[in-house]
Amino acid sequence: MSTVVDDIHHEEHHDHKPSGITRWLFTTNHKDIGSLYLWFSLIMFFIGGAMAMVIRAELFQPGLQLVEPNFFNQMTTVHGLIMVFGAVMPAFTGLANWMIPMMIGAPDMALPRMNNWSFWILPFGFAILLSSLFLEGGGPNFGWTFYAPLSTTYSNDSTALFVFSMHILGISSIMGAINVIVTIMNMRAPGMNYMKMPLFVWTWLITAFLLIAVMPVLAGAVTMVLTDKYFGTSFFDAAGGGDPVMFQHIFWFFGHPEVYIMILPSFGIISAIIPAFTRKRLFGYASMVYATASIAILSFLVWAHHMFTTGMPVFAELFFMYCTMLIAVPTGVKVFNWVATMWRGAMTFETPMLFALAFVILFTIGGFSGLMLAITPVDFQYHDTYFVVAHFHYVLVTGAVFSIMAAAYYWLPKWTGHMYDETLAKLHFWTSLISVNVLFFPMHFAGLAGMPRRIPDYSVQFADVNQITSIGGFAFGLSQLIFLWLAIKCVRGGEKAAAKPWEGAEGLEWTVPSPAPYHTFEKPPKVE
Amino acid sequence: MSDSQQRANNATIVKRLLLTVAGMFAFGFALVPLYDVFCEVTGFNGRTKNEAVAAVHQEVDTSRTVTVQFITRNAKGIPWKFEPSVKQVKVHPGEVRVVNFLAGNPTGGDMVAQAIPSVAPAEASLYLNKVECFCFNQQPLAAGDDTEMPMQFYLDPEIPAHITTLTLSYTLYDMTADATAETLAQLQSSE
Ligand code: HEM
Ligand SMILES: [Cu+2]
Repeated sequence: MSTVVDDIHHEEHHDHKPSGITRWLFTTNHKDIGSLYLWFSLIMFFIGGAMAMVIRAELFQPGLQLVEPNFFNQMTTVHGLIMVFGAVMPAFTGLANWMIPMMIGAPDMALPRMNNWSFWILPFGFAILLSSLFLEGGGPNFGWTFYAPLSTTYSNDSTALFVFSMHILGISSIMGAINVIVTIMNMRAPGMNYMKMPLFVWTWLITAFLLIAVMPVLAGAVTMVLTDKYFGTSFFDAAGGGDPVMFQHIFWFFGHPEVYIMILPSFGIISAIIPAFTRKRLFGYASMVYATASIAILSFLVWAHHMFTTGMPVFAELFFMYCTMLIAVPTGVKVFNWVATMWRGAMTFETPMLFALAFVILFTIGGFSGLMLAITPVDFQYHDTYFVVAHFHYVLVTGAVFSIMAAAYYWLPKWTGHMYDETLAKLHFWTSLISVNVLFFPMHFAGLAGMPRRIPDYSVQFADVNQITSIGGFAFGLSQLIFLWLAIKCVRGGEKAAAKPWEGAEGLEWTVPSPAPYHTFEKPPKVE
Repeated sequence: MSDSQQRANNATIVKRLLLTVAGMFAFGFALVPLYDVFCEVTGFNGRTKNEAVAAVHQEVDTSRTVTVQFITRNAKGIPWKFEPSVKQVKVHPGEVRVVNFLAGNPTGGDMVAQAIPSVAPAEASLYLNKVECFCFNQQPLAAGDDTEMPMQFYLDPEIPAHITTLTLSYTLYDMTADATAETLAQLQSSE
């Protein structure tokens, strides 16, 4: 895609912005809101990470040593909720806010005031969730999947707070998604037709539709939990004619598309970075678009692969097994295209590229363990063990989180106007890469040997593997502090970044100066 | 595109998306009745029909025998004695059988309970017909009382050949707080 921008200079003249705290409270500027989302997500990443450290410290040795089992359960639950709804999803929304208008040549998001709201209700949602941890009886302890009757009959009094915080996060995501869709459909610069859009824009458009489709279902599920617990309904209570297994169907109808919500934008990021550092065009642009769309559609037909052990009829087990395996086909197309892009390319290995390469390899490992889990008969052995934990951390940490890191390094020069410290960045990459594998790879073996997930204690034969895992965990946690330091350093100063600091980068965002002026593309660029 | 035209376009898309959101929220709740219908038709979840089936005279298929096992379980907070009089019976498809279940209320207060059935494998639930079952109604028991509760059933001769054993399990729930007027009247007359 080649782009020509006429006359970017006039924009710099009226580049004034308000200052002080009110700038951030009342801002409707997509770049400000993008930054708010990104910083918020980083803070949540560290809060959720601290909880993971508690979990790994307790599991360092067999036996109960540091925390009460009930508190341990609250840590696994809130760690999951924070990482999914507080770290990964807001990071993607932040990237969407910053990059989508610049990538399609729009002056801002389509609904700037709603944009402000969708960010500013988030901190309240998480304040409610986190404060429940300090109440008597503690916070949610039923797992991020909040299965009934754990979340209804057996949950503690703070469950209403959990429900309200989920409502708030859901509303925020829905508003964010509406904004993305309207922006992409309605604000593209002249000539920027759909099949010219960068893949990050495409994958986000599809993600936004997934959000619109499933976040309301999640809202319905938490509402049913609320009324079952406090108002005497029996959606999930067999005594009153309900069915606890139905909870799982409703939850996973949301839950499986949700996991794709957390990976499709990554596919867009990787599809931007690999061509840039390979100095080649992306191989198979159109097939990437179609693969993304087919993954999104298929994601509605596989939810019960989380429920193979609930006693479904054989026909249903087979149906969900084959549909799940089918998803590996479009996913394989993507991996093939990334590898084909690199084939005979003039590759260089700056930090964004390193994270992108690690993504391709490690995400694929997560995909393979997913395929193993999709085989119904063996899932009876793997289900609810550490093998599942290994699977989803490969796709979510070395997948989603690594892609977010890659994106941050790739666009930091554009956001801040400074080059980040490449030495620190390399240090961050290598320590993360090694520690993340020490952390998550042994979990496969623990799981295959039968260690159940979500338990504070375990039998002694799992001691060694857990000790290694915990050491990897602490090292990975510490490595992320390097990123925090690097990000702050990069915001405050550093080598001046050119408008296009990466030789092979493509796209409209590189046609504006670095740092990107407060207002860009007030006059639409011409796209050829 | 002019500014006002753009704003009008935005509003149209937003309206449609909000409708979709409302529709999907409603769909989440619609899943509840849909799930019930689906389970009833396919026997997906091992639920048995919650009403009596007339004991039509069936051809008894003496060439086959199916083992029917009974399991009972008390839900949280109900200390009743609750057990089947036999652990299992062997029946020919089409043959009508009666099995008694014993219940006792050892507490010092009058209570009302209801048993909720479930069949494994789920597929078999479509072929288990109950002519009479205590699970259709609430069961009142005065303090210290015992009772025998009959369950009369037959298996549909159409039951697939690969089902040779099926398990009927009952979970007993405390319904004292939700007792119907009818059940309460029964309690009073028994005193
Ligand atoms: C080739 C693609 C994939 C396949 C075949 C696959 C398959 C599966 C299966 C069968 C399970 C259920 C395991 C069990 O509970 O016994 C599972 C769990 C899970 N998967 Fe995947 N998966 C794939 C990709 C992904 C991706 C891309 C993500 C997210 C980015 C993801 C996130 C998860 C999560 C979070 C769970 C665990 C949920 C929980 O129980 O807490 N998976 N996967
Ligand atoms: Cu799934």
